[in-house]
Amino acid sequence: MQLDSKIPDGPLSEKWDRHRFELKLVNPANKRKFKIIVVGTGLAGGSASATLAELGYEVMTFCIQDSPRRAHSIAAQGGINAAKNYQNDGDSIWRLFYDTIKGGDFRSREANVYRLAQISNNIIDQCVAQGIPFAREYGGQLANRSFGGAQVSRTFYARGQTGQQLLLGAYGSLSRQIAAGKVRLFTRREMLELVVIDGKARGIIARNLVSGEQEKHAADAVVLASGGYGNAFYLSTNAMGSNISAAIASYRKGASFANPCFIQFHPTCIPVHGTYQSKLTLMSESLRNDGRVWVPRNPEDKRPPDQIPETERDYYLEEKYPGFGNLVPRDVASRSAKVQCDMGKGVGDTKLAVYLDIKDAIERDGRDVITEKYGNLFEMYEKITAQNPYETPMMIYPAVHYTMGGLWVDYNLMSAIPGLFVLGEANFSDHGANRLGASALMQGLADGYFIIPYTIGGYLAQASLDTVREDHSAFNESSLQVETRIKKLLSIEGKRTVDDFHRELGHILWENCGMTRKDKGLKKARGLVADLRAEFWENVLVGGSGKEFNQSLEKAGRVADFLDIGELMVIDALERKESCGCHFNEAFQTEENEALRDDENFRHVSAWEYRGEGCDPVFQKEPLEFENVELTQRSYK
Amino acid sequence: MTKTGDKSCINLKLKVWRQKGPDVKGRFETYKTRDVSTDMSFLEMLDVVNEEMILSGKDPIAFDHDCREGICGACGAVVNGRAHGPEKGTTLCQLHMRHFSNGDTVVIEPWRSRAFKVVKDLVVDRSVFDEIIQAGGYISVNTGGAPDGNAIPVPQAAAEKAMDAAACIGCGACVAACPNASAMLFVGAKISQFTLLPQGLPEAKKRALAMIGKMDELGFGNCTNEAECEKECPKEISIENIARMNCEFFKAGFL
Ligand SMILES: Cc1cc2nc3c(=O)[nH]c(=O)nc-3n(C[C@H](O)[C@H](O)[C@H](O)COP(=O)(O)OP(=O)(O)OC[C@H]3O[C@@H](n4cnc5c(N)ncnc54)[C@H](O)[C@@H]3O)c2cc1C
Ligand code: SF4
Ligand code: FES
Repeated sequence: MQLDSKIPDGPLSEKWDRHRFELKLVNPANKRKFKIIVVGTGLAGGSASATLAELGYEVMTFCIQDSPRRAHSIAAQGGINAAKNYQNDGDSIWRLFYDTIKGGDFRSREANVYRLAQISNNIIDQCVAQGIPFAREYGGQLANRSFGGAQVSRTFYARGQTGQQLLLGAYGSLSRQIAAGKVRLFTRREMLELVVIDGKARGIIARNLVSGEQEKHAADAVVLASGGYGNAFYLSTNAMGSNISAAIASYRKGASFANPCFIQFHPTCIPVHGTYQSKLTLMSESLRNDGRVWVPRNPEDKRPPDQIPETERDYYLEEKYPGFGNLVPRDVASRSAKVQCDMGKGVGDTKLAVYLDIKDAIERDGRDVITEKYGNLFEMYEKITAQNPYETPMMIYPAVHYTMGGLWVDYNLMSAIPGLFVLGEANFSDHGANRLGASALMQGLADGYFIIPYTIGGYLAQASLDTVREDHSAFNESSLQVETRIKKLLSIEGKRTVDDFHRELGHILWENCGMTRKDKGLKKARGLVADLRAEFWENVLVGGSGKEFNQSLEKAGRVADFLDIGELMVIDALERKESCGCHFNEAFQTEENEALRDDENFRHVSAWEYRGEGCDPVFQKEPLEFENVELTQRSYK
Repeated sequence: MTKTGDKSCINLKLKVWRQKGPDVKGRFETYKTRDVSTDMSFLEMLDVVNEEMILSGKDPIAFDHDCREGICGACGAVVNGRAHGPEKGTTLCQLHMRHFSNGDTVVIEPWRSRAFKVVKDLVVDRSVFDEIIQAGGYISVNTGGAPDGNAIPVPQAAAEKAMDAAACIGCGACVAACPNASAMLFVGAKISQFTLLPQGLPEAKKRALAMIGKMDELGFGNCTNEAECEKECPKEISIENIARMNCEFFKAGFL
């Protein structure tokens, strides 16, 4: 099948306006006749649900947590970008666009990214109007900071809890629509199947996580905003419940999956400390604005950090990238940390950590200033590690953080299945091979508040949909699929727990499909994942029944799907015979060990179409055209 | 990783509230757990206990959790009589086992309040919090057409205070800790956030009446200034917010 990105014609800066004008509109009186299912209540799903309901659509919103306010977006710390140029430091829509395209190593669409930069400003206005307590200057104006590799100050923030505040804003708007009767909310529900009728997405099968009952829900369109798949690696910075099941179920029904191997490793996380560990904690990378990253020059140096003199410290980022120093993009910072540790220069018990030292900043600005900026982060660090960052440098190491890959969508955010739209981290759309800091919140809210409300109207206005009810045979078939799978999971009664399989999968992916990759390792991983999946379906021990609150069963379904995405990730990594952004194949690097792109052969989106159990997925290519920016070798020297 | 017998491993006796469902009687069950690394978080300790239970064919302990970094508000249990355990300003997921000693008995039970029904074991139904927010915990603006973000300056001190209140994670510990099972701290925090910001003022009175009315309707108790909520709140939300809410409520009454 040919993937048509449906990018509108015309000059870059006019595409979105023109497209909005050309999209067919749904008559206001008819909007209430359309039912829309939104899966997810994070920034993307929460903002979409609220806005669609405000427009008059009948919305049904689902989430797995007990409240929409607990979606994983709540955990975002650092901030959200916008091209406001309030600081008068040279920012512009063009610059935000350019930084994002370049940061993504030229593997995203110009038109999408430009639109994102345009919309970024509306997001801030909207959020301020919602009463989000953004940080302010003394004069009462909005404050900004520079973040993750940007040379301008364009990041808006609410202490270290920006995601929380933005999500509570969207949750407030959603709550208002629930009270108005325009949104029906289904919490503790997990979408397990997509229902496709006449080639169009027409509903979902969800499991009530409290009673175990299955529910069928029909609609005119389905919007997936179910988040990313970083948890395939077992340990990641994602919330424990973040999963790929809704997206993989849609993939199995015909939605293509794009760039699954583009996975971001966040450079500033608290290192792993034990086998029982359940997740990794991120330290906001805003710390890199004031913290200096270093390791001892001598791998044999066992002295505590305060006894290692300046001259024997290797501030490797500052040395190698004098232009950007500690603020190089995430992929570069993460890989550099790994390189240092591979050379034996890592610190701490496991030797898989580097120092992030705030001492010089305290001397420069005073403890009060630093506490005001980072106090809550330091407290969090101390709670976990029992070490005081004011006295001894923090230890950090990269961790799986964000997935740029996701379901393939066109410019309208519609997947390869008509009527299935995908928003937020669940789609692949805007970040190419590497996402810049503070850009995910921007994208999630752009998708939900400002893009889907228009594009879904364009679809509904011309789709001429028949009425479909829950007693349609397609609902019964999908429901039977769900039931069969749950029965199977429960009946295996094997010897290994779900977590045990998950940990092993994570280990395979981390070792072979992580920050650096080799063809040999990837090939090995393909076999290992396939074997592990085979064993899972013969030897997993779930326990309990399907008709009750059963957290082990929930996890089992999610891990089964992580095994599938794990395999797809590896297949995709093997196919992309270049290095770009976060995908670093050691065979393709410059003399200075930077990612070496192959624009001639790989300037495209790789999308994968499902072909059935046991069959290899089919490769689809969406070529990327660059008409406005010149493809350059990224350099942060 | 620490090894068996190492001083950074402890043995504990857990007394855990087990309850199959909202309408079934619950009871404490006792489990022995050995070699708990003191670097573990409380929930990681429960993970390990649950793995063993699954392997031996028992029903694992159900508990809510998600972010495991103190921000989503999903986790929570009363540990040795204290909501979220003994550490100040800490959610259960951020509590580490280094705060316990070898041989300790640890009593773990769900939030107890008329308004929060037990779903299973330590999992409770807090959807009443969502209902209170639906009653008015927002500013009524539709998407689109918002004025420039800098059009209305907000004094820094006001923004900071609003943020202090907005930091509430909706965990419900305040209700669990309150002898009257009052939700005043939760509601006061939301009302305060919007009272402190110019954007929230047009609806301030309506909001206060609607949210407080809903809270009473849902069966939460009254505030008698015990201040237990503030003490147990993992985000250290101040009871100043309750005073501010009461003030708004009186102002609204004299409308
Ligand atoms: C620790 C951390 C810090 C971050 N900091 C920043 C930052 O400072 N700036 C930035 O821009 N980005 C940041 N990010 C990234 C950003 O937070 C996420 O990419 C973004 O919030 C994702 O939003 P979302 O709406 O797409 O999905 P999520 O917030 O993940 O929401 C997913 C929703 O889908 C629901 N769901 C999932 N599966 C199902 C199913 N099968 N059935 C029903 N419902 C389902 C869930 O219940 C949830 O409501 C951070 C990420 C992490 C992990
Ligand atoms: S006020 Fe504190 S204790 Fe109460 S819900 Fe909010 S964060 Fe939890
Ligand atoms: S699990 Fe999110 S606050 Fe504890």
